[in-house]
Amino acid sequence: MVEHGEIRVVHRGGSKINFRQPVFTHDSRFLLCASANAVKVFSASTEECVHHLVGHTDLVTGLILRPSNHLQVFSCSLDGTVRLWDYDDGILIKTFVVGFPIYSIYASGSHDGVLFLTIPAKNDKRSDAFQLVAVQLPQSSEQLVEAREISAVLPDVSANPGAISFGRAGQYIASVCGLHLEVFFFKKQKSFRFSLKEENNKGIKNTFTCAACHPKEDCIATGHEDGKIRLWRNFSHKKEYTHSALHWHHDAVGALSFTPEGTNLLSGGVESVLVLWRYNQETQKDFLPRLGAAIAHIAVSPDGSLFCTAHSDNKITVIHSYVRVSAVIQGLVRGDRIWTDLVVDPRSKALVMNGKPGHLQFYSLQRDKLLYNLDIVQQEYIHESGLDQFEVVKVDFDAGGNWLATVEERKQNSAELELNLKLWAFDEQTQSFVLNTTVPAPHEDRISDLSFSPDRTTLLVSASRDGHFKAWALAPPTDAEDQSPSWCCDFVASYHGLAPHCCGFSADGSLLAVGFQEVVTVWSTASWELLTTLSQPPGHVRNLCFGRLSCSKYLLGTTTKNQLCCWNLLSCSLEWSTSMDVTLLLADPLSENMAAFCFEAGSTDLFVFKPSEPRPLFSHKAVCSGRVLRAVFSPREELLEGCEEDVQWLNSSRLFFFTPSMDLMTFSTKAEEDRLMASSKQLVIGDQVSMTPFNLLLGKRGQTEGQEVAAGSERVQPPQGSSAVKELLQTPAHVLPSTSYLCSMFVQSLLISTSDKREQNNVTEEEMESEKEEDDSEDEETQSSAVKPDVASGGGRTGDPTDPGLTKAQTKELRRVRKLDYSWLRDLD
Amino acid sequence: MSSFKPTKIPVYPKLGEKVTQETLYWKDYKAPIQIKEFGAITNLDFSPVAPHNFAVTAFTRIHIYGPFSQEPVKTFTKFKDNAYCGRFRSDGQLLVAGCEDTQVRLFDVCGKVALRMFKGHTKAVHVTDFTSDRYQIFTGSDDYTCRLWDIPNSTELLSYQEHTDYIRCGITSKLNSNLFITGSYDHTLKVFDTRTDKSVLSMDHGQPVESLLLYPSEGLLVSAGGRYVKVWDLLKAGEPLVSLKNHHKTVTCLCLSSNGQRLLSGSLDRHVKVYNTTTYKVVHNFDYAASILSLGLAPNDESIVVGMTNGILSIKHRKGSEDSKEGVVQQRRRPSYRVFVKGKNYVPKQDDYLIGKPVKEHLAKYDRQLKKFNVSKALDTALETYTRTRKPEITVAVIKELDRRGKLKNALAGRDEQGLSRLLSFLIGHVVNQRFAPVLITAADMILDIYRSTIGQSPVIDRQLLRLQDLIEREIDYEQDLLEVLGMLDAIFACSLPKKEVPSSNISRQNGLTQGESSTTVPPQIQTS
Repeated sequence: MVEHGEIRVVHRGGSKINFRQPVFTHDSRFLLCASANAVKVFSASTEECVHHLVGHTDLVTGLILRPSNHLQVFSCSLDGTVRLWDYDDGILIKTFVVGFPIYSIYASGSHDGVLFLTIPAKNDKRSDAFQLVAVQLPQSSEQLVEAREISAVLPDVSANPGAISFGRAGQYIASVCGLHLEVFFFKKQKSFRFSLKEENNKGIKNTFTCAACHPKEDCIATGHEDGKIRLWRNFSHKKEYTHSALHWHHDAVGALSFTPEGTNLLSGGVESVLVLWRYNQETQKDFLPRLGAAIAHIAVSPDGSLFCTAHSDNKITVIHSYVRVSAVIQGLVRGDRIWTDLVVDPRSKALVMNGKPGHLQFYSLQRDKLLYNLDIVQQEYIHESGLDQFEVVKVDFDAGGNWLATVEERKQNSAELELNLKLWAFDEQTQSFVLNTTVPAPHEDRISDLSFSPDRTTLLVSASRDGHFKAWALAPPTDAEDQSPSWCCDFVASYHGLAPHCCGFSADGSLLAVGFQEVVTVWSTASWELLTTLSQPPGHVRNLCFGRLSCSKYLLGTTTKNQLCCWNLLSCSLEWSTSMDVTLLLADPLSENMAAFCFEAGSTDLFVFKPSEPRPLFSHKAVCSGRVLRAVFSPREELLEGCEEDVQWLNSSRLFFFTPSMDLMTFSTKAEEDRLMASSKQLVIGDQVSMTPFNLLLGKRGQTEGQEVAAGSERVQPPQGSSAVKELLQTPAHVLPSTSYLCSMFVQSLLISTSDKREQNNVTEEEMESEKEEDDSEDEETQSSAVKPDVASGGGRTGDPTDPGLTKAQTKELRRVRKLDYSWLRDLD
Repeated sequence: MSSFKPTKIPVYPKLGEKVTQETLYWKDYKAPIQIKEFGAITNLDFSPVAPHNFAVTAFTRIHIYGPFSQEPVKTFTKFKDNAYCGRFRSDGQLLVAGCEDTQVRLFDVCGKVALRMFKGHTKAVHVTDFTSDRYQIFTGSDDYTCRLWDIPNSTELLSYQEHTDYIRCGITSKLNSNLFITGSYDHTLKVFDTRTDKSVLSMDHGQPVESLLLYPSEGLLVSAGGRYVKVWDLLKAGEPLVSLKNHHKTVTCLCLSSNGQRLLSGSLDRHVKVYNTTTYKVVHNFDYAASILSLGLAPNDESIVVGMTNGILSIKHRKGSEDSKEGVVQQRRRPSYRVFVKGKNYVPKQDDYLIGKPVKEHLAKYDRQLKKFNVSKALDTALETYTRTRKPEITVAVIKELDRRGKLKNALAGRDEQGLSRLLSFLIGHVVNQRFAPVLITAADMILDIYRSTIGQSPVIDRQLLRLQDLIEREIDYEQDLLEVLGMLDAIFACSLPKKEVPSSNISRQNGLTQGESSTTVPPQIQTS
């Protein structure tokens, strides 16, 4: 085994931002989100990530602004610490060690120095039992503080952070769990418990899902599994409590929130509609429909001007209080599973995979940002749990990125499968993909593999479990009416009724290999002849890969019975084979390297090798636990110059893969990481404006101008009749540009810049000197005239200084006369 | 956020022939004018001079029709028996015709009585033509001879007896007055030069020759006989160029379109086929009611005239291009047009700030109802009479969309007799349509589930259900038959294709496979669309 030295597995973005409720800062400019082990600070207006608050060693599970200082934020994590950050500067201020994994965090202004945390119940062995505790934060100036003063508040609470809410002025805390609502009054140190029946007579579930307390009145809103919202009042008595129900949601209520003044109640759920209920006038509702995915959390900014919803598709939507979407922060969408292979778009070099239901997402690996979603299914998405929806299951690009092929499928409960093969052409004008051809039901069964020919001819092969593979080619327009070419089936073949599972083209596109269960068939794409068959029983062929560049004569295949085989296509014989359980075999498009992910003893190992020799160039044991099922080679923007043998394979492309827990990982060297860190530090932007080229240009000017203004403000200078002031005062108002534009000019005109001052001083000195000279030698006019123009305030030469009596017009006339050609006079003689 | 996405209505490709430029050109004719003649129309000839009258030889008469008249402008009736091959001279003044009674008559187009009678043939004369110098007549007869006559003296100049069967077609060269070509039932084509006493060229067509045609350049000769149309290169001493076999009965007549780019052939199989003369592919096809004997094309393809065995003359005139233009102009002059474009063509000035108006997207009625989740109403809308009968794909798309939303059962349930009967009649109409079947079968299943308990309450519904059952049973029988046929075809294909051994023996041995397992190709299957 080769020593893997400095190459290591690095987490590479794409983490969840919808895990916990986002928090607005006090001025509503920033939005704080828990994102895996870090806290991200987004600008609410520009959607840019401004800061990364890195420090936690495990999942961040909660965020809350410090009630006594709104520029600081507490974050809690499963690593058992609570950290205090200054989010404006991105600095860690303090770390409080609690010692238990923390699931959520609460604080109230009336409980200074106390944090309320959800931690696993100590005495209970069940993993899903939690308790709410109060932690007294010790006053200490040290960075790392142990917080051991823990007192239990409520014993049986839900781990869902939306299930606990502070009441009016922090007097009580309400918690829902299962079928109980429990209210704890701090003053009385007493809790009331209200229960609902599990099911009412209609068989609808009554389980609580979330709770929110009215900020000004004694009212608790609770959301339920059946879509009802109940408003509880008068709950300070065990018996005389009342509750009223609001019903609009048809599915479980996912999140509830009151606006800061308590005038509105916001609710959301699976329907992905934000409902705005008027408090006390609940029949009046406002809706914001089609937000894209189920609403998981709702947050309201402290001034009530902005709402924000976190959705299940890793998206945060910022919404104005008049129910208009103002910004969308979208992370890498991870549905319940990745159906498509990971593909790199040849044009944008973006990672392409299925995202939102029925969409393809283009995700920039370099910037860790979702570029855009391409709607593949083009159908209204019905937000209802338990409904079969279309999913994009296969995707491939042709070599130039001009064509995109997608397969979408919908498995109905009992009836047959719905399949669509769609081909999209890249439109230069709109810079996006436009649907060209739709093939409904291209195969009778699921499509198991889809592959474009790598050379420039447009040829697509789809292999299906119905035992056929079909070749699709671009056909010229058949009708006189439509002009654009469309795709049609070129060739259909089967092999002994076996189901093909994978297919692949050779690097030059002349050969097609199709794996029919145990047999690999090799076809010529020019004549569609079966050239040869290769087989290496036992085990079905799982993956097929042609070698590239110097190794293009090799064909590699992996089988389900733990075999990795390499065939030589010139001799049609087995070159070598080895026994390993390869889950994924990938070829680097830019070199002859291949990567094989092997599953062994509960974890996945990576081997990088060249097909020509059965010896790994690089191997990495246990890159992650479980099977790696999706990975991709992405070409680098700039080549690396790693010269050691085991680093060389990373020079031209990077290898990204998804762990079974859906984290995007990559392989990186130490040096590269350091460089990346340095560059990301530079990129941190201090302001809320996005870093556009415009901003870089204008922002710099603004800064320097600001400095000048600051410098100039030290002197007190009476306004003088400068041209700018005159212009401002004398031009009619209706032709003036906007005041904001003029303001800076006006202010600047009132200042006398330092450079100007110095110049003027110089000028006066020179003036004095020259006057002296003039006195000294009155007849040497020519010399003094050389100095004089500098003195002249009107700008430009003001005629002959020796002749002050002449007017401007006269000097002009003189000059003209001097220039005239009098040579003709000579001829008169 | 994103707006409502309307229901996708799939566009199904139209069945039938594909629309090309050719079909558009050849379809651009008005409905045919049909004129009944007394007998089979054996020949059609267009006058070379304007107004391009044409002579129709049928039974014992020759009628001359004007380009737009439906009545003959002139009739020659002085034939004692069937007339044949009435042809105009190149100046359009004289007309020659053969006859069953062996005599050849020459008429003045303005006169009535024959100017000259050429006697000498011993059997019916089927071929007559003027030579290009306009003073001689060439004839071919059933007595196996072809002769050349002098018009002024009405004397026989030459006689060739080289054919061994009836001469039924012939043509004179337009460029050389000494050349003419004959085609005979002895399967040969012969080129004669009047300056020699023998044929100069002989070609074997392989079938009795029915018709001949010379290209305007006279380098290529087209002959029709049997089911074949053959093209010969005269400049290469009669080398065969192409043989076309597109008709399934004898080809009787040939014609070139006026620009020489297309060749038309008429046949007893009642079709006229149009060929591209560069690729010799059929580009268009006309169907007629009876077997075609003669075919003529007016200059500039202004009209297509076809004569048939049942004596019907069919004349198709080209649609005037000015007609269609006028229609467009009229449409544009509608008074409401200005109202619609008012302010639309305003060009903003340079500094103007444009404030976009949000485009209100139009949704179909069923989409509006789907947007509000009114599933039953949406289905009702989609089942309205116009949509149901004219655009069944919309109805099916809405049913499919409801099924996707899991609400199809709700939408189908709770219907009264009238509503259910409408639904069932739609199902009966379309459930066997292969494009709609997957969707409609689910819907039919659900209907049966929902309304099972009400069977027997309404005679209307019961009758429709019985019809549906009958229909489905018949469809199942059809499918079974088709599968049987498919199986037979597969067997035939497998036998007919040569068995090819894949060079796999070598590998299989290396891979440990026994020889018996070596594989053979499965023939590529024909995709059933």
